[in-house]
Amino acid sequence: MLSMILRRLASAIPSLIGVVIVTFVLTRALPGDPAAYYAGPAATKEAIEQIRVKLGLDKGLGEQFVDYVGALARGELGNSISTGQPVAHELLTRLPASIELTLLGLIFAIGVAVPLGVFAALRPNSWVDHVCRVIATAGVSLPIFFTGLLMIYVFYFLLGIAPPPLGRIEVFYSPPTHVTGFFLVDSLLDGDLGVFLAAVKQLVLPALTLGIFALAPIARMTRASMLSALSSDFVRTARASGLGSFKVVVGYALRNALLPVVTVLGMVFSFLLGANVLVEKVFAWPGIGSYAIEALIQSDYAPVQGFVLVMAFMYVGLNLAIDVLYGVIDPRISMAT
Amino acid sequence: MKSALAHARYVLGDNVVTAFAFGMFALFLVMAAVGPWIVPYDPLANGPNPLEPPSSRHWFGTDQTGRDIFSRVVAATQLDFAIAFASVALAFGAGTLAGIAAGFFGGWWERIIGRMVDTIMAFPLFVLAMGIVAAMGNTIFNIVLATGIINFPIYARVARAEANVIRNAGYIEAARIAGYGETRILFTQILPNIMPIMVVQISLTMGYAILNAAGLSFIGLGVRPPTAEWGIMVSDGANFIQNGQWWIAAFPGLVLMLAVFCFNLLGDGLRDMIDPRRRT
Repeated sequence: MLSMILRRLASAIPSLIGVVIVTFVLTRALPGDPAAYYAGPAATKEAIEQIRVKLGLDKGLGEQFVDYVGALARGELGNSISTGQPVAHELLTRLPASIELTLLGLIFAIGVAVPLGVFAALRPNSWVDHVCRVIATAGVSLPIFFTGLLMIYVFYFLLGIAPPPLGRIEVFYSPPTHVTGFFLVDSLLDGDLGVFLAAVKQLVLPALTLGIFALAPIARMTRASMLSALSSDFVRTARASGLGSFKVVVGYALRNALLPVVTVLGMVFSFLLGANVLVEKVFAWPGIGSYAIEALIQSDYAPVQGFVLVMAFMYVGLNLAIDVLYGVIDPRISMAT
Repeated sequence: MKSALAHARYVLGDNVVTAFAFGMFALFLVMAAVGPWIVPYDPLANGPNPLEPPSSRHWFGTDQTGRDIFSRVVAATQLDFAIAFASVALAFGAGTLAGIAAGFFGGWWERIIGRMVDTIMAFPLFVLAMGIVAAMGNTIFNIVLATGIINFPIYARVARAEANVIRNAGYIEAARIAGYGETRILFTQILPNIMPIMVVQISLTMGYAILNAAGLSFIGLGVRPPTAEWGIMVSDGANFIQNGQWWIAAFPGLVLMLAVFCFNLLGDGLRDMIDPRRRT
């Protein structure tokens, strides 16, 4: 088991090297002269030269790459020009907001999509099956920023049951004491139920928006793999042995059908992390996505590069977790390799 | 050619949804071709009645500077489709060539191209597109390039798998015996034979390309504000939706959704049409 996990960890290393090389190339591909850019429009020639030396841009590309990797290893991502703060610090303080939102969206998506796919597979061509198919097609066609705005219009403007879509907590509540950075956890640690509920209210709409987006591939895959599992020999044998239908469907068919679903989660994460940026913009969510957008608008590149790097590392990590999970669900994999 | 048409008619007659998708696609193409010249108002001109709800005068209402939203939505088709077509063409060309080279030659080709594909796939794709546009400069051309790059792995993977399978087919062996060089086999034997599958991939990824480009312009990348483009129009409308002025964001959003939906249906339909199991 442990050696399997170690082997998976080792297999992620080429991806990480690739990610670091690409982000390095992207930092050097700035339009024009980066030194002139960082010096500002009024800078003299000498000032530009000074900054060039300070940033290490006068060195060879190879040497610059070594410097870049060294800085990364120390956890440095450069400074934001507009705020003057270290990018790594700002990303770290904003990360919990993004993770809380993405996780909740994912939990909602799995919680709805898996049962939906199972019921659709149990009764092909029934109304559940049709609902499943409509959701699977509509889910991939909906622009996520449009779904978010639609939610705001219906639940905030028309029905008035949602709070204004402005951040993680309404202005007249003060945010909970910082422990984990997750408002849901921190407010419970404070024992403040009012703040907890306020945070939940803010989270519902953006998490739903993300969830609807992630629903489609999961439901589609669950349905397809449940269909093939239900028609397999081991399910027939289990039925013939007189096992109850719940035991057969959940204990036998679903357990086997979940393998391809876990695989598709990798793709879902790729979509979710990207969609997260758009949802954060729509709901003014103070996560790393809206941080990157603000920086983009001000042509402040260091935060954007840091954001891309952090997202890629998270994604590689998630894929690794999926691989390990796969090995846990299906022991045949770890024995074979 | 004639039998292909007859076949298309046969399959379409069988499949109302695909026929509907083709009709919708044709409508979008007309809008893209002549849209800017047939709309009732100038899509860029400010009008005297800002923020007017939909009426008989302005079918989709007007935005904050009084521009007619119907005109803007129709005129925007051209730009959105041009971005999507260009980026998909780029990904299709580069991905197919790289994929068949990897699948047919194997060895170093396969290792290098496989590594490239893995590296791109190591990023959440939309985030990578953001990073590329941010680094290379905020232009429409770079939006096309970024969308092309993130679609590259899809084509490279499919082409590699297909080329890998038909590399051992009898007719490849026959061509080799007839004295064809390897490169000639690649272009005259392998490429035409994987084309149908690649064409299906085109229509399946076109919707994703449009969504992606619109998403980038929604966060302020690429297309500049006065230009009519669906993503940026939704972004304009986002500021007004909390006050209940829904039409500014709703109509461009709906049309964008329809376009993506149309391509997804078309992709499914084309797959049915090209799949030999459906031929009788």
